[in-house]
Amino acid sequence: MEMNTLSILNLLAGLILAPLLPGIINRTKAVFAGRHGQPVLQTYFDIFKLLRKGAVYSRTTSWVFRLSPVIGLAAVIAAMTLLPALSAPAPVSFAGDLILFAYCFGLLRFFLVAAALDTGSAFEGMGASREVQFSALAEPALLLGLAALARATGSLSLTGIFSASAGPSAGPALALVSAALFIVFLAENARIPVDDPNTHLELTMIHEVMVLDYSGPDFAIILYTSSLKMWALGALLVNVLFSFLPLHGPAAVACVAGSMILLSVLVGIVESIMARLSLLKVPQLLAGAVAISVLALTLVLRFTS
Amino acid sequence: MSLLLLPLIIFFAGALLQMVFGRRVAVVRVAGPAITVAGALAGLIPVIRAFGGKSVTASLPWSMPFGSFSVEMDGLSALFALPILVICALAAVYGSEYLKSFEGKKNLAGFWFFFNVLAGSMLLVVTARNAILFLLAWEVMSLSSFFLVIFESEQEHARRAGWTYLVATHIGTAFLLVLFCMLGAQAGTLDFSGFSAAGMAPKFLSAAFLLAVIGFGTKAGFMPMHVWLPEAHPAAPSHVSAVMSGVMIKTGIYGLLRVLTHLGTPPAWWGWVLVAIGAASGILGIVFALSQHDIKRLLAYSSVENVGIITAGIGIGMLGMSYGNDAMMLLGFAGALLHVLNHSIFKSLLFLGAGSVLHAAATREIDRLGGLMKRTPFTGAAFLAGSVAICGLPPLNGFLGEFMIYLGSFKALTGSAAACPAAGVVVIAALALIGGLAAVCFTKAFGMIFLGEPRSDAAAHAHECGPAMRIPMLVLAALCVAVGLAGPFIPKLLIPAVQVLAGRQMTDGNFFAPTERLLTNISLFATGVLALSALLLVLRTRLLRNKPVSESVTWDCGYAAPTARMQYTASSYADPVVRLFKLFLQTRRKFVSPKGLFPEKSSFSSATPDFYRERMYRPAFNATEKFLTRFQWLQHGRLNLYILCIMVTLIVILVWKLR
Repeated sequence: MEMNTLSILNLLAGLILAPLLPGIINRTKAVFAGRHGQPVLQTYFDIFKLLRKGAVYSRTTSWVFRLSPVIGLAAVIAAMTLLPALSAPAPVSFAGDLILFAYCFGLLRFFLVAAALDTGSAFEGMGASREVQFSALAEPALLLGLAALARATGSLSLTGIFSASAGPSAGPALALVSAALFIVFLAENARIPVDDPNTHLELTMIHEVMVLDYSGPDFAIILYTSSLKMWALGALLVNVLFSFLPLHGPAAVACVAGSMILLSVLVGIVESIMARLSLLKVPQLLAGAVAISVLALTLVLRFTS
Repeated sequence: MSLLLLPLIIFFAGALLQMVFGRRVAVVRVAGPAITVAGALAGLIPVIRAFGGKSVTASLPWSMPFGSFSVEMDGLSALFALPILVICALAAVYGSEYLKSFEGKKNLAGFWFFFNVLAGSMLLVVTARNAILFLLAWEVMSLSSFFLVIFESEQEHARRAGWTYLVATHIGTAFLLVLFCMLGAQAGTLDFSGFSAAGMAPKFLSAAFLLAVIGFGTKAGFMPMHVWLPEAHPAAPSHVSAVMSGVMIKTGIYGLLRVLTHLGTPPAWWGWVLVAIGAASGILGIVFALSQHDIKRLLAYSSVENVGIITAGIGIGMLGMSYGNDAMMLLGFAGALLHVLNHSIFKSLLFLGAGSVLHAAATREIDRLGGLMKRTPFTGAAFLAGSVAICGLPPLNGFLGEFMIYLGSFKALTGSAAACPAAGVVVIAALALIGGLAAVCFTKAFGMIFLGEPRSDAAAHAHECGPAMRIPMLVLAALCVAVGLAGPFIPKLLIPAVQVLAGRQMTDGNFFAPTERLLTNISLFATGVLALSALLLVLRTRLLRNKPVSESVTWDCGYAAPTARMQYTASSYADPVVRLFKLFLQTRRKFVSPKGLFPEKSSFSSATPDFYRERMYRPAFNATEKFLTRFQWLQHGRLNLYILCIMVTLIVILVWKLR
């Protein structure tokens, strides 16, 4: 029973704290740039403001455009129910749930892209085209990374993977998996060096341009979904990084939540000190992530039994 | 009379009777589909019996040398017969309306004759238990589908497609002929029940395996034997494409599996061969698919991809079998078989949807369509369901089969009995990449055809199809959802077939219990996702109540006169990925750039012809033709000399035999 409340606590922490992450990233960037910056809670303010508003729809759009945000949010919440916090189990877990975790984001992406194409805008088509291209390459990196974790711990569920100890021989492999997952995290969440959320030119956007035509509650859902996605993939990374810590109970949940804040600061630093890659270079970065995952997998196959 | 003979009789006798007595248009319109539906209903009875664990057998006296008319419906046959019957019946209902525009112009009596013969011969292929009977049924199946492909034979592309198909299928059959002669010579009988791996040399078994892979792989569409598929499937009427792509190519998978059951425990490299073919067909199939401009060609290439997924699953199952890893074997085989069922559902749905688009807007060019969701909402919704399913996304059915193959590959990596981890890695990587690329392909297909603004007048004035075309699509779309949620019931369909493949009765309940729990979990999760979506939809609707909701134009940066031609096109959408794979695709681009201060003309076009067809088959066939023209002096057109040649040959053979 105690474990159950912990799982729920972990899920709730994600659902409640996720919109904090963009705020922290922006604040970090502001500090680096010597600006005061927007409030850390800005995403919450935006979401609540948008929820109270009406909506404007393009005449070109159909019901697909109106349905998509809802399905995307449901998919990402579903994915979050599979995420443990170190030794604290996830609310839902079974053998193979790591595949389901990856595919939930596929569902989110399918509908986000369909909605973008529904507007008939060339900008949004362009963004959609880039999004599907990059995520097609990020997917093998993610799944091969998860396969390395499964091999290292002998478990096929996320809860099992992070509650089992992989042993010191898996250390280098875990470090490599973390690196691959960090690249996937940046790419999937439309951060520098793959996408620049602050760009002001529609032509150069990826994620932002796909949601240009959303307004009101739908846009609030989109903002919230993006935050949750960042939390879910970030928490996965944090789990890998700290899986060696012998933390139990509420401490594990607190560790993950706290590390998420650190991760946001890290993303902020990356965004402050790096320029965005040219679009043609991004596939190389993602192929690099795949290569790192394969290397990690080779290491665990060779050095663990 | 056996239950199994009844559907065969309905299909074949029905086809003949209708050809002889019912050639009037009004009769054909009803009688043709009615025979298919009746045959399918009759066929479902032995299928259900077989799923219950009781094989249905029948045999008839037959005076064919070495032949015996013995048929059997066991678990494996039933699993393939089920989609054959269901999809043929639904396609027939669809066809009754689809073919209306051809009435009076085309010989529809002939069409329905071949359609019903095709349905009957496919059923016979999966139930035949004698090599002669099997090959006969196989040939009837190939020929009847050939005549369906050249239905619009006044068009050159249909004739060419039919020719390619005819050549390809017979090359495949040639390998099968050798295969069965070999097996028969060893066993001393051509009855399947007599084939046995016991006492056969490993080299012999491996040769048989390779023959089966090439022979059956040609029908199934393994790369690089797939070249007929993207030609023949688009040329046929859409409901025939649905049958061919949805179920007929699966008879190749069935044949391979059936032969494997007679070849004993496979050595590991057989599994590797199938894993490699599966990964290559899967990845290249989807890459070719997303570079196509013709919706039916795109769907045909995507069939190559899905056959690749199925083959990779079979490969994992065989590796599990040869390493004695039961969990891997079970998940690989069961996942592959489930994907056979699932693919038949969503691929048929997509082809029927494509037919409806063709019917509505008179074009298959994706770049000339757009905005059909508003004009043909029903087809649009059905196509969306099929697209999500074929991308293998939860909560629909496509995810289940891929999930099991994934898990089988993970089992190759983990656990105490880890076997052949490298194959697991290959399949995981391939499935992940295929999943990502399938999303590109089908967001393109769905998005560019149904969303946005119409890109041509024909698309702007499209009209929705009638009820006879809608009902089959509705049934298939409902099946996509239902199978996704029916996890707990699926193992009951798969277990009899897996037992046939494993070559042993697995009465141990513990063996299947994990699979059942697994699929139950997925279906519960899928239900959760659907319920959550519904809840959020209600919430969103409540939030928008009493709020100002208005309509406007799409954000266009304030441009004054946007037109539909400014939309992103299907080709530009897929272009980044096409460029990534340019090594394989070799897309040809033709670009006339605008010139001068007041440019008048410019144009751009691209085409992706099949790499293997261009680089492998065309040179090979050209060389063969060149060689054979040397013997043209024999072909002088004098009949008396031909007869003389035949006589001389016969006498030589006779003398040689009597010597």
